[in-house]
Amino acid sequence: MKLFYFAWVRERIGKSEETLALPETLKTVSDLITFLSEKDEGYFEAFKDQKRLRAAIDQTFVPLDHTLTGATEVAFFPPVTGG
Amino acid sequence: MTVKVQQADFNAPEEVGAMYHRCENPGAVVTFTGLVRGIEERGKLEALVLEHYPGMTERQLEVVETEARKRWALQDCLIIHRYGTLKPKEQIVLVACISTHRADAFEAASFLMDWLKTEAPFWKKEIYGDGTSWVEAKDSDKEKAKRWET
Repeated sequence: MKLFYFAWVRERIGKSEETLALPETLKTVSDLITFLSEKDEGYFEAFKDQKRLRAAIDQTFVPLDHTLTGATEVAFFPPVTGG
Repeated sequence: MTVKVQQADFNAPEEVGAMYHRCENPGAVVTFTGLVRGIEERGKLEALVLEHYPGMTERQLEVVETEARKRWALQDCLIIHRYGTLKPKEQIVLVACISTHRADAFEAASFLMDWLKTEAPFWKKEIYGDGTSWVEAKDSDKEKAKRWET
């Protein structure tokens, strides 16, 4: 799975993207967040406040309880501040 | 319908002028330009760094332009959004709507900006003399976007 991180999520994790093999047991975006949070302190810090976290699957915004089925690319970021 | 996501600065009169001359029956042109504010609560800004999600950004902007054209009678529409490191008073974003009658252009431009604030995947980092700060999404922007819900 291709993963992308933006803004302070990227800063806390220490990378802007990565490709990871995910266990079959992960069903939703929330499951993925739990899985990633266990990798190290940086990931934990990035994902600890889920109220300030947003996600996109294949470049479409999704809620955190969305299924991972069929996803090829998942991105995590803070609420957007464009314009 | 044109969407550009770029680092380079833009010349609004040139871009918009070229566009409305190509329209069949333009009667109204509404142009909005967003600038980097140099003075915020924390103090004087040195720079604003914008990052975005390549691929998703262009798609989201195209989605909102299509929506604007569905809701209002537009002759044409332009969104240019910059990213990278920008200084105070530099241009960040251009939204231009061309219509035959002015109500459509005014409302569509307002809709596009409210939508951009809540749906366009950009993130802004303020650089000050004594540190940096990520801009947080505002509830007031969410409220403004709600008035366009159908």
